[in-house]
Amino acid sequence: MKVHDVAIIGAGITGAALARELSRYRLSLLLLEKEAEPAFGVSKSNSGIVHAGTQNPPGSLKARLCAEGNRLISGPLSEELGLDFIRCGQLIAAFGPGDLPRLENIKAEGEAMGVEGLEIVDRAWLDANEPNLSREATAALHCPTAGMISPYRFVHALVENAVGNGVVLRELSPVTAISRGADGVFSLTAGGGNYKARSVVNAAGLYADDIARMAGLPPYPIRPRKGEEYLLDRKREHIANRIIFPLPSGKSKGILVIKTSDGNPMIGPTAHDTADREDLSTTDEGLDEVLEGARRLMPSVNKSDIIAYFAGLRPAAGDDFIVRHEEAVPGFFSAAGIQSPGLTAAPAIALMLKGLLAERGLRLEPKEDFRPLRERTVHLFKVPLPRTRELIEEDPAYGDIVCRCELVSAREVRDAIKRGARTLDGIKFRTRAQAGRCHGGFCTTRLMKIMQEELGLSAAEITKRGPGSEIIKDERK
Amino acid sequence: MRTRDLVVVGGGPAGMAAALAARDAGVRDILLLERDQHLGGILNQCIHPGFGLHRFKAELTGPEYADRFAKMTAAAPEIEVSLRSFVVGLTPERRVSYLKPGALEEVRARAVIMATGCRERTREMIPIPGTRPAGVYPAGLAQKMVNMEGWIPGREAVVIGSGDIGLIMARRMALEGVKVRAVIEIQDKTRGLVRNVVQCLEDFGIPLYMRHKVAAIRGRDRVEAVDVVRVDDKFAAVPGSGFTISCDTVLVSVGLIPENELLEAAGAAIDPRTNGPVSAELNGTSIPGVFACGNSFKVYDLVDWVSRDSELAGRAAAAYLAGGAR
Ligand SMILES: Cc1cc2nc3c(=O)[nH]c(=O)nc-3n(C[C@H](O)[C@H](O)[C@H](O)COP(=O)(O)OP(=O)(O)OC[C@H]3O[C@@H](n4cnc5c(N)ncnc54)[C@H](O)[C@@H]3O)c2cc1C
Ligand SMILES: Cc1cc2nc3c(=O)[nH]c(=O)nc-3n(C[C@H](O)[C@H](O)[C@H](O)COP(=O)(O)OP(=O)(O)OC[C@H]3O[C@@H](n4cnc5c(N)ncnc54)[C@H](O)[C@@H]3O)c2cc1C
Repeated sequence: MKVHDVAIIGAGITGAALARELSRYRLSLLLLEKEAEPAFGVSKSNSGIVHAGTQNPPGSLKARLCAEGNRLISGPLSEELGLDFIRCGQLIAAFGPGDLPRLENIKAEGEAMGVEGLEIVDRAWLDANEPNLSREATAALHCPTAGMISPYRFVHALVENAVGNGVVLRELSPVTAISRGADGVFSLTAGGGNYKARSVVNAAGLYADDIARMAGLPPYPIRPRKGEEYLLDRKREHIANRIIFPLPSGKSKGILVIKTSDGNPMIGPTAHDTADREDLSTTDEGLDEVLEGARRLMPSVNKSDIIAYFAGLRPAAGDDFIVRHEEAVPGFFSAAGIQSPGLTAAPAIALMLKGLLAERGLRLEPKEDFRPLRERTVHLFKVPLPRTRELIEEDPAYGDIVCRCELVSAREVRDAIKRGARTLDGIKFRTRAQAGRCHGGFCTTRLMKIMQEELGLSAAEITKRGPGSEIIKDERK
Repeated sequence: MRTRDLVVVGGGPAGMAAALAARDAGVRDILLLERDQHLGGILNQCIHPGFGLHRFKAELTGPEYADRFAKMTAAAPEIEVSLRSFVVGLTPERRVSYLKPGALEEVRARAVIMATGCRERTREMIPIPGTRPAGVYPAGLAQKMVNMEGWIPGREAVVIGSGDIGLIMARRMALEGVKVRAVIEIQDKTRGLVRNVVQCLEDFGIPLYMRHKVAAIRGRDRVEAVDVVRVDDKFAAVPGSGFTISCDTVLVSVGLIPENELLEAAGAAIDPRTNGPVSAELNGTSIPGVFACGNSFKVYDLVDWVSRDSELAGRAAAAYLAGGAR
């Protein structure tokens, strides 16, 4: 059996960023994912904020890796992978002079981490730049380097590029057993397959403690913390020009008004500990809490603006990330407890892991044929009409509109499938078809027909997000 | 850019009736844009009878009703029908842009009639808490799956909402052998026709729970159950009244919303409560020369009244054009 140099468990943002980073070198790499597609874990349900590097405890891994991650995403990664990162900036709003010392404090801590451009702005600035912000806000800390990104498309870009550079991706492959032989080589059982690897990296998100246990390690103290988020209609796109924060509470950064790179603003997230790693339900209380928090910042936010909602679980293990080599099991590396700001920090976590792997003897010989670039995906909803005209001239299927709310063409759907979408959710995350105000009422059957054509599936085999989530139960011929 | 006398957006019953009436009133150059591959709109998926009793004094199915208008439209040389033509832009100067396979077209219209129909309210708009598994569908989507594709969404269903669409889909599912466990209605009376309550529920032994709501949807990958509670006068859950119904499918039928995003983008005043255009008179909008009719003006229960009122829109547009509009 082939022995891989590194097996990475989990194709969330952490595993994806590491796989892509390591794919620069002459290495045999394996990426194992339990779900039907990458980014179906925590990395799909979050706020999509590329944090500036503020609001983290000084001296923590979170603080250092977040600031570094922001620089990597805004610089080389966006350029090479055609990411939809948008540097819109963020504001932390103060309500009264009593809040000012805390703003000053966040500013000083951020500057110590090398965060650039931090500036406290006054009411007149807010009037001119953020007209919908509450009249009660008296000042704010402006962090111009913060931005937004589509979290799932970020993962897909990394995975696509990694696979293009030779990484072996195995979906529907939950790791269920790990053993380490006398020769130091690990054997892994995953989704009916057996694999061997000299090093293993645990990037399994909420399930990282299961993996640790399989490897014979004491589990990390993972305590999922639920965050409910509510998406607003695209019509409210310009409610805010930046991401708006209140001052952080002890546990979280508070309820925010978030711009998203897809246009729809979002409000949330809540932060409540839960014992259940599968509890992705939203609640009436969560909705009330989010609405109240968002209205405090932007009074014009309306319940009737909400078109969608979801919950995500932060895989918190204590207060900081756990990124280390496990001395007790040589060759086994942990990237666990990747709570917020993990989406931002992931590229920096990847570099740190690469360093740890190299320290343990992984040889990093650059590949001459590494291809850092990935072709940017096309989204009609993001391009002006003249560009749409050119695209349609190139391929008439760009003029064949499948999703009416978000303006997604048949060509975009087929491209998404060619790039790896296997489920309706996978198509939604990649293209936004079904993500608008009608929630797939219009396009679901058409999408299923395109999937039948492209993937050779019967209608009854098509799923929302993998086996068990079939869309229909029976077919009448 | 070409200028047309009248552009009608939407080839459902409203658009066809408006175009035909405009023609009868003397308009000679009409472009009818429809995004689907055929005319008829939502009627194409309504294969049950009950259409046309008023209009044609006959009990027709939806497609039969649509077909009568489609034939008249096709026979009118003054009406150019452009199918698979998806309108993506409307300006206050009445420029209409639309996409079709292979082209992005723009026309200027002396008058426009918007007949874009409506969309269904979704679970997200209520909103219903719980998980987000497969198996939760707007009733109209389920109707399209069953009637157009022969795809049966589930085996045990709960229907939320007792309007006519919910009732008709409860029966449709039962006819396909699906066990319909319940219809849940938050109000104390149904919005649907009495004949539908009798023919769709009572005849099939489907229980109707009035003054109840679905408090949560359960299931990770596919729906497994719904939690149901009784509600008080303020629609708040009555403590201790909860129970669970196991099912693999939830059909949501909680009302329709006029589809007016194009009008809104053109700057027309839209009532945020109904999503219909703000207008003192039937079929009007706040933009001169732009009319709206059918379900995009206001939601209708019966297609017969859609046809009748949309003819008025066709005549109003003709009168506007005759008044020297440029
Ligand atoms: C509500 C919320 C808001 C957030 N907002 C932000 C934000 O704005 N900015 C930010 O920077 N961060 C944010 N975060 C944090 C960020 O989302 C996470 O830190 C990040 O997504 C974690 O990525 P991951 O790859 O470590 O975990 P995951 O994305 O969960 O990836 C782990 C993967 O491992 C797979 N897996 C699990 N078990 C196995 C197994 N046995 N075998 C194989 N595969 C397995 C899972 O299916 C999953 O795909 C937020 C988090 C939440 C919950
Ligand atoms: C699910 C359902 C079941 C019903 N059941 C019954 C019943 O049993 N009996 C009864 O009498 N009535 C019933 N009705 C009501 C009746 O069918 C409607 O009132 C009638 O179809 C409305 O006609 P319309 O032309 O306004 O809208 P639609 O029939 O919806 O037509 C609108 C048309 O506009 C097109 N369109 C929309 N946007 C664009 C665009 N941007 N570009 C191009 N084209 C566009 C659409 O494709 C569609 O063809 C039902 C309605 C629904 C939604």
